[in-house]
Amino acid sequence: MPVEVRIPTILRTYTDDQKSVQASGSSLSALIDDLEASHPGLKGRLIENGDLRRFVNVYVNDEDVRFLGGLEAPLTDGDQVVVLPAVAGG
Amino acid sequence: MLILDRATYDGIVAHAKRDHPDEACGVVAGPEGSDRPERLVEMVNAAGSPTFYEFDSTDLLALYRDMDARDEEPVVVYHSHTATEAYPSRTDIGLAMEPRAHYVLVSTREHGNNQGPVEFRSYRIVDGEVTEEDVTVVDSLPAEHPIATNPATSQGDPDAR
Repeated sequence: MPVEVRIPTILRTYTDDQKSVQASGSSLSALIDDLEASHPGLKGRLIENGDLRRFVNVYVNDEDVRFLGGLEAPLTDGDQVVVLPAVAGG
Repeated sequence: MLILDRATYDGIVAHAKRDHPDEACGVVAGPEGSDRPERLVEMVNAAGSPTFYEFDSTDLLALYRDMDARDEEPVVVYHSHTATEAYPSRTDIGLAMEPRAHYVLVSTREHGNNQGPVEFRSYRIVDGEVTEEDVTVVDSLPAEHPIATNPATSQGDPDAR
């Protein structure tokens, strides 16, 4: 079940500089595990203590996954996932 | 060094003054790899706070989609400090995720919403390390020259734009 995942500049060190990679999974959580298998280290940049990191935004088909069930957000063939670090500070 | 045109510099300062005492934030986008801050995009501070800023998550996606479509990147990421100096806070450093961007800090602590000078400083923030750089304001950005790092362009590849 291929899903396109758009990778932000700062995380492209894990994807050989590729802007987008393919992965599969029926939920965001499964997708991230699949990503980790082919791009070790990526998972730790997205997840902390079993949940999405507060300052990483993940979108499925342009919707913030926080409104779709977070890591349990369901995915289907052809979905597009976008990862963007928050632009934030104090 | 950060080179900004006068209109962009004035635009950032005006935004910071307008949003004082809350922090203002935004980017200046430019062609990927060009280091040319050409297009000022004011963002809404979703935190609406005098001590924190964060781009709204929907606006953030729209911004990056738009920059993608234009082959742009955030050349400058700016925000204001409204009670402290124009130096990256610990939070700013920890959350700086654009290693190629110039991080601009404006402090409105002295004159707030009113006329008067502001502190306007620029930094690189890479892997938690802060390096201040000079800011030069020019009437208009120098004419675009071929980017030497792009061999397709310098060799006149017919497929290159």
